Amino acid sequence: MSMIEFSQVGKSFGAFQALTDVSLKVEAGERVVVCGPSGSGKSTLIRCVNGLERHDSGRIQVNGIELTESASALLKIRRDVGMVFQQFNLFPHLTAIENCILAPKKALGMSDADARDLARKYLDRVRILNQADKYPVQLSGGQQQRVAIARALCMNPKAMLFDEPTSALDPEMIGEVLDVMIDLAQSGMTMICVTHEMSFARRVADRVVFVDHGRIVETASPEDFFQSPKTDRAKAFIKQVLHG
Amino acid sequence: MNFNVDVFWAALSSWAFFKGALITLALAVVSHATAIAISVPMAVVIRGRPSLLRGSITAYIGFFRAAPTLLLLLFVWNALPQFIPIFRQAWFTPFLAAWIALALNEAAYQVEINRSALQAVDAGQTAAGEALGLTRFHVLRYVVLPQAARIAVAPTVNEFITLLKITSLASVISLQELMTVTQVTVARTFQFTEHYAAALIYYLAMVYALMAVQKRIEKSFSWANRAAATKDTPAIAVPVQR
Repeated sequence: MSMIEFSQVGKSFGAFQALTDVSLKVEAGERVVVCGPSGSGKSTLIRCVNGLERHDSGRIQVNGIELTESASALLKIRRDVGMVFQQFNLFPHLTAIENCILAPKKALGMSDADARDLARKYLDRVRILNQADKYPVQLSGGQQQRVAIARALCMNPKAMLFDEPTSALDPEMIGEVLDVMIDLAQSGMTMICVTHEMSFARRVADRVVFVDHGRIVETASPEDFFQSPKTDRAKAFIKQVLHG
Repeated sequence: MNFNVDVFWAALSSWAFFKGALITLALAVVSHATAIAISVPMAVVIRGRPSLLRGSITAYIGFFRAAPTLLLLLFVWNALPQFIPIFRQAWFTPFLAAWIALALNEAAYQVEINRSALQAVDAGQTAAGEALGLTRFHVLRYVVLPQAARIAVAPTVNEFITLLKITSLASVISLQELMTVTQVTVARTFQFTEHYAAALIYYLAMVYALMAVQKRIEKSFSWANRAAATKDTPAIAVPVQR
């Protein structure tokens, strides 16, 4: 059983076809990087995994649970899958540690003390424990994104989704977030990561999935993808990302 | 022009004026509290999918924004008992009638404030809450409402100040609030200036006190402000509407 499985998934926003016939299997422990030009549907793809966008056709299964209209299936999947956003989306009215304990307490019924212990463990792992009582507005972008990763990890997810986690960061902060992600990848976490960080893809990805116009155009190992892309569109894209 | 300071002081320090002001304040507070309690769930529904309930709320807002407050007061006090017998009993006082009329009226305005405050909270906040596996109620209660509350403070206090002054309309249904007391006294003494001045002082004092309250509330939302945010001044607890 795959951790995440898409079978012929389609999704449209009105007349715009965002995803067409997307089939993808991600096994437990696998790290998949999704890349493609802007507007290609890669964010929509990753947001379909936990039902933030609902697919119109095809099937999506996560950890053996099919993503349907059922609210309980949706909650189960979301509690199994962590997500990190481009804009961090930390809750601004809560401190870093309060951001981390909200879902374990409310969604898993964990006690405050247990949730705080867990939160401290993960804040420490992303090396930001010393800022636990700060509000998001007081943290830099890189710090906020690391708190967001800790917040997702506090639900003990079986897989993590990253939606362009470094695209909104100043260049000098990209490294600290990538380090945390590499550390996570090396610990065996199942990951789908939408990113243009080709160094990250080269270093940790098992597979690169290239998306264009809502379709998976090419799937390959990082070496093959970067050195000998098969399609013209992938060639053009790599040229832009590497030299753009 | 002659202004009799003694008369002015006597009015200002009289029990009748003080009690009138208390009734004014009490009526405004209970009416607005009721309006907020009704309008928060209404705003949530109105942002949801189309439904019969949503249609009813839209109709409610349209109706109560259009109907003059004076007419509503007169209707609730005079007309309601005519076709609902229970309102003919002694417990149905002018205060209760004014409370009902003003709350229904105010809720229609407040729901628009709430709706725009909810809308102003970034969609990414809901996405983040949902992605964490929180239920829709938990996302609303712990993620969206606390942030919407901050946005709603200034327009809500504005509404309250307007409402505080609108309570004077309740003089038409013989509620003994501040303006009724003033007018009755003036009709008896013909000392207009002194008594109007005393009433004005009460209104000014109440509104200035409110503005101070608004400042305090806004300070408690220090998380939105980089310089002021500290753990010692936690975000204000949002009253849960049930």
